[in-house]
Amino acid sequence: MTLVSGWGRFPVVDTEMLRPRSFEAVGEAVVSGTVARGNGRAYGDAAIGAARTVAMTGFDRVRSFDSATGRIRLEAGMLLSDLIDTFGPRGFLPFVVPGTRFVSIGGAIAADVHGKNHHCEGGFGRYVDSILLRTGQGEVIEASREQNSDAFFATVGGMGLTGVILEATMRLRKVETGWIRERVIPASDLDAAMRALDAGDAATYSVAWIDCVARGKDLGRSLIYLGEHAGKDELPAGAAAFPAGKDPGLAVPMDLPSMTLNRFSIRAFNELYYRMGVRRAGRSHVVSLYPYFFPLDSIADWNRIYGKRGFLQHQCVIPENGARAVLGEILDRVARRGDASFLAVLKKLGQGDGILSFPLPGYTLALDFPVKGDILTFLDEIDRLVVAAGGRLYLAKDARQSRATLEAGYPALSRFNAIRKSLDPAGNIRSKLSQRLFDEV
Amino acid sequence: MTSRKSVLVLGGSSDIGRAAARAFARCGYDVGLAGRDVGVLEPDAADLRARYNVDVGVYRFDVLDTASFEGFVGSLPVLPDVVISIVGLLGVQQNAESDLAQATAIMRSNYEGPSLILGLFAERFLARGSGTLVGVSSVAGDRGRASNYVYGSAKAGFSAFLSGLRARASRGGVHVVTVKPGFVRTRMTEGMKLIGPLTVEASVVGDAILRAVENKTDVVYVSGKWRLVMLIIKTLPEAVFKKLKF
Repeated sequence: MTLVSGWGRFPVVDTEMLRPRSFEAVGEAVVSGTVARGNGRAYGDAAIGAARTVAMTGFDRVRSFDSATGRIRLEAGMLLSDLIDTFGPRGFLPFVVPGTRFVSIGGAIAADVHGKNHHCEGGFGRYVDSILLRTGQGEVIEASREQNSDAFFATVGGMGLTGVILEATMRLRKVETGWIRERVIPASDLDAAMRALDAGDAATYSVAWIDCVARGKDLGRSLIYLGEHAGKDELPAGAAAFPAGKDPGLAVPMDLPSMTLNRFSIRAFNELYYRMGVRRAGRSHVVSLYPYFFPLDSIADWNRIYGKRGFLQHQCVIPENGARAVLGEILDRVARRGDASFLAVLKKLGQGDGILSFPLPGYTLALDFPVKGDILTFLDEIDRLVVAAGGRLYLAKDARQSRATLEAGYPALSRFNAIRKSLDPAGNIRSKLSQRLFDEV
Repeated sequence: MTSRKSVLVLGGSSDIGRAAARAFARCGYDVGLAGRDVGVLEPDAADLRARYNVDVGVYRFDVLDTASFEGFVGSLPVLPDVVISIVGLLGVQQNAESDLAQATAIMRSNYEGPSLILGLFAERFLARGSGTLVGVSSVAGDRGRASNYVYGSAKAGFSAFLSGLRARASRGGVHVVTVKPGFVRTRMTEGMKLIGPLTVEASVVGDAILRAVENKTDVVYVSGKWRLVMLIIKTLPEAVFKKLKF
């Protein structure tokens, strides 16, 4: 048995880790209580098998690529970073990238990850045409919008619970360059931030970084980052059409004592960060896709700054109507509590694609908290606000929500469960997350 | 085949072989993948073509079938610019201590076969006056240890062969690289206890091989730490060394 955790390093649990070398061996590896794992970037317990975990990152081959259409068939263990580094220089990028490029394609499908363009271009699953799935009862099926469509829409956003994703066919975006034309808009409070995001609806990419320490009249003080793909003629003289993707330069070498991130260090950081943003405001400038999309990827193992006990990311989405009041209330409670990280992200989402996909039209807020004290109780109270507003939590980030919160937030849950049951009558595919939230007890 | 540079990877389905093939293809080399089972090589060949838009061929090659070597070299559509031998067999030391067949397989797979095939290519390269040969040997060949001396001695022989070949071939415009990877996370080492800071991913070895070929490096310890570790191990007096169990 191996002790395994998600990116948040909480919870740490025992599972049997297997690394099959062929799809046949993947099939043989699936026993009662198995789930597939990609690069382990889900924060909580989604990619940890109830009994056994099947590591998929060895399956990283491209099967075929059509440079005329941008259509690609690949094995599900391939990392998004590999896809970007390989096909970016050839003028193709994924339509949707999450905040880290170190996720597997299978994981990105299973979580139906969203990016800064979800409000106008949808999530990762929208650009997936078909999925080769090894179901819990041992069939290998091709699922698409036309064929086995129930399995397809349950697998997109289905947290790996429909079976093991072996391969996928997806479309890539043709780009002229690997650069983004970015515009930074400072917002002095939450109203201004939400207005700026609404005004940014026309932008391909938009996201707000909130200073969660700011209180009172400054509550919700943010920088809004809008972005568009830059053309060749916009690049600085001498710049390569595709920037070099550097490996993480800095690394957090060890678990920092959890007091490293205290009220004062965060406040100082945020003040500096906001002022730097204000200075860049208004003017648009061209930045490499790497810092634009993946600012935290430049620090390897940044999850260790929260100390040995790990951290929790709380990411909710609140429907548009009434979002202002709930977001204000959450931010106020967080600011008064004072131990949230500098990482708070606010962004608009559109309609999700999968049956269990997280996005719905509204605003999503992501907050990090070190695991300590009464944080679990505190987050339960936040969940009550989210549920009352018709919102829900992102399963890829979750390590602690209750069944009641899940059931209230995901009205399509019973449909998902029925499809899951038809693909896996014996219930072989089970993760720690599904044990906690889905499975019959 | 085009006028691009080409690399032939012997042991192309191994994790290091795949990584090396990707590193060279990324740089625009056409690739030949050679191994015992051509069927296993095909998906990797398709991967390289799709990723890097290069020509990729697959060839049957069995390192124990030395009688086939002349025919194998002659059958290649073009004499490559670079040949990399990654073939090898770790085996199980305890079995090899008493099982002559096992010991023979380890010695032949790690010394005889790789040396003979690179020697053959060396003749062709010298006749042409150019080319690079890469032998993936092992830090285990730096000194025979109680826990793996059958494997280690074969790698030592291979390292010595490469060293001599390098000295001879360098006068004829042919370069020889010896690679000593240390611990690598691969199928071969799966289940072994590896020391984290001394262990690298196969992709790191692949990139190191490409760099060594381009920079004409002679001997590469993939992680610099290994050079130091092996220096210490090599320097220990035999009276002390023989008491160590590792």
